[in-house]
Amino acid sequence: MDLGFSEEQEMLRTTARDFLDNECPKSLVKEMAEDEKGYTTELWKEMAELGWMGLTIPEEYDGMGMTFLDLVILLEEMGRACLPGPFFSTVVLGGYTILEAGSEEQKKELLPKISAGDLILTLALTEPSGSYEPDAITVKATPKNGEYVISGTKLFVPDANVADYLICVARTKEGASPEDGITLFLVDAKGPGITTTLLKTIAGDKQCEVVFEDVKVPKGNILGELDKGWGVVEKVLAKATVALCAQMVGGAQAALEMSVNYAKERVQFGRPIGSFQAIQHYCANMLTDVDGSKFITYEAAWKISEGLPATMEVSMAKAWVSEAYRRVTLLGHQIHGGIGFCMDHDMPLYFKRSKAAEPTFGDADFHREMVAKQLGL
Amino acid sequence: MDFSFTEEEERFRAEVRAFLDQEVTEEFHQELEERGETEFSREFTKKLAQKGWLAMAWPKEYGGGGATMMEQLIFSEEIGYHHAPTGGHRQGINLIGPCLIVHGTEEQKREYLPAITAGEVVWCQGFSEPNAGSDLASLQCRAVEDGDYYVIDGQKTWTTNAHRADWCHLLARTDPDAPRHRGISYFLIDMKSPGISVRPLINMLASHDFNEVFLDGVRVPKENILGEKNRGWYVSQTTLSFERSGIAIPAGAKRNLELLVEYAKETKRNGAPLAQDPIVRHKLAEMAVDIEVNRMIAYRVAWMQHQGLIPVYEASMSKLFGTELIKRLGDIGMQILGLFGPLERGSRWAPLRGRIARACQFSLGGTIAMGSSEIMKNIIATRGLELPREPRP
Repeated sequence: MDLGFSEEQEMLRTTARDFLDNECPKSLVKEMAEDEKGYTTELWKEMAELGWMGLTIPEEYDGMGMTFLDLVILLEEMGRACLPGPFFSTVVLGGYTILEAGSEEQKKELLPKISAGDLILTLALTEPSGSYEPDAITVKATPKNGEYVISGTKLFVPDANVADYLICVARTKEGASPEDGITLFLVDAKGPGITTTLLKTIAGDKQCEVVFEDVKVPKGNILGELDKGWGVVEKVLAKATVALCAQMVGGAQAALEMSVNYAKERVQFGRPIGSFQAIQHYCANMLTDVDGSKFITYEAAWKISEGLPATMEVSMAKAWVSEAYRRVTLLGHQIHGGIGFCMDHDMPLYFKRSKAAEPTFGDADFHREMVAKQLGL
Repeated sequence: MDFSFTEEEERFRAEVRAFLDQEVTEEFHQELEERGETEFSREFTKKLAQKGWLAMAWPKEYGGGGATMMEQLIFSEEIGYHHAPTGGHRQGINLIGPCLIVHGTEEQKREYLPAITAGEVVWCQGFSEPNAGSDLASLQCRAVEDGDYYVIDGQKTWTTNAHRADWCHLLARTDPDAPRHRGISYFLIDMKSPGISVRPLINMLASHDFNEVFLDGVRVPKENILGEKNRGWYVSQTTLSFERSGIAIPAGAKRNLELLVEYAKETKRNGAPLAQDPIVRHKLAEMAVDIEVNRMIAYRVAWMQHQGLIPVYEASMSKLFGTELIKRLGDIGMQILGLFGPLERGSRWAPLRGRIARACQFSLGGTIAMGSSEIMKNIIATRGLELPREPRP
């Protein structure tokens, strides 16, 4: 057993923290929340130069060949910095889908471009039903003249507004089970028949409605096997869920530190409010939630990194972290008092992100049901 | 990072588990309950000694097994999972033994340690007093020098196993004029000494585990002071390298959760198995998640110790998390059992032999004993987060 990080991993964290402290100040985060695109090309290029986009892409595809656990460290720091932009969509949702399902040709074509920061991807999975279950996939892909024609509406698609390609999870067959008959298509995001509308959200993250109207896609753009796409989605979702937990952990850590620092500085009744037990106990609760979130996330990430079965651990992590992050930001606001309720303050950035992350890839209730199944109930 | 155990560690776990499966059976629990010794068994303690596991954590030169921290963690986890009784040795092995190893004279070590490692003597702890609970340093029990003896007068309370113990390790004030922490000494007292009387305190489970202990002119030889006079507080703060993870709590909770899962699968209510009720599923899953988080928080403590790091607030967090968790589990268990929940063992209708009803009631003590949840939070806040201490009058 080794519950610590390696020297290389600590170095990755330090590099990421220093870089993001300098290049991603909260002023930029707030600016990007209002910005149509939601990220700056300069920052995107710099991140690519650091090798971040290709961190876990194998070296043969111009990546750095590091592990999922390494990526978790980077994502934690991104969550801490509230980094805006399509990193998660491109690297986690796009990159892992291609790694998992892509043919050798597709990998050779796409992965080096991701590594270089020349390609932005996202996964068009959920629909207006707002469900992550396979029976929620109703967007249809119909074969016609040697290609496929996709029609229907995808909703809550992150960063579709800036993506080069969408990976569309579509129904190609009414199979015996809901899982059967789902296929993944690589779709040109700017192609004819696609209408992308940015949704206005509390966190200023770029979620989109994407309407497909008779969008023609060549057969060669299928990722993985025809009708057998759901297995890929499940594997990618497992990674994405833990990856999101990592971002949430970073955010929770930042909210904790901000609140504790404030409690040490803010004086009322002639002493720092952090010397009052009520505030101390809030802070102790926050630290307990943050520490618990870290280790339950690392455990799941480690299992995934080692290629071990992790269904139970992934769901336990998301069930716990979803609620812990919320509790941490709520207590953080309580400690900050009125000032934290102001638009200009940094606390709302974390609260809003916690609310956005909670339902993403399934909320705590969804994952508790997964745990119940794993318990044999 | 690596969350796995080595093959050798897994083999050790299997060996411990096989032994406990054989020894800590339903019949064994029943027998202890009938004797009123739910948490206590001299025979079991001796069996652990024979296996060489009792003092496995101690250095070899003091009769210990020199086990690694990971082995200790595994052992504690299995003991917790099996709800095995530890009252016969907890004080001796985890508290007074290590204090003796650090602060004892050669004579004291020779005199006391072998009996502890052999599981032959039972120790009790004379710390708490009616007016010294969380604020232990305000204790008033007095020890006054008289020739070759100290004469001790005062009262101790919440003294677990005082009615079964052979010896008591006790804090008493030796300098009433010194600052609170600097006028306390640490004594080793034979429970058969004249002037000691023990009065039972029956807990809310109708079980006799702790006591009030009255000391009326008890004469203790001077060589029975541990460490220097007036340095007793600091002796009591000795944290040796024995395992402090608190893993036994989530491990025991895991066992109870498994029993509740089985119960939910087997029990029909309103015509359908409880396991199909979404609320029941949700509650049990929530506990499974909490238990896993608890396990990680506990593992961290042992791992830090394994690395030679000293846990600062991490052990307090584990204690806080675990004891609060078993309260929630007890509560949820009772909700799931419904009208059958409050039935006690002995009734043919009692589900799981009344185990959940016991666990639920027992859990109320966990967040109070050995440092209340509030004290744990103070420690996490002031040591873990370096928040300023509350000014004290």
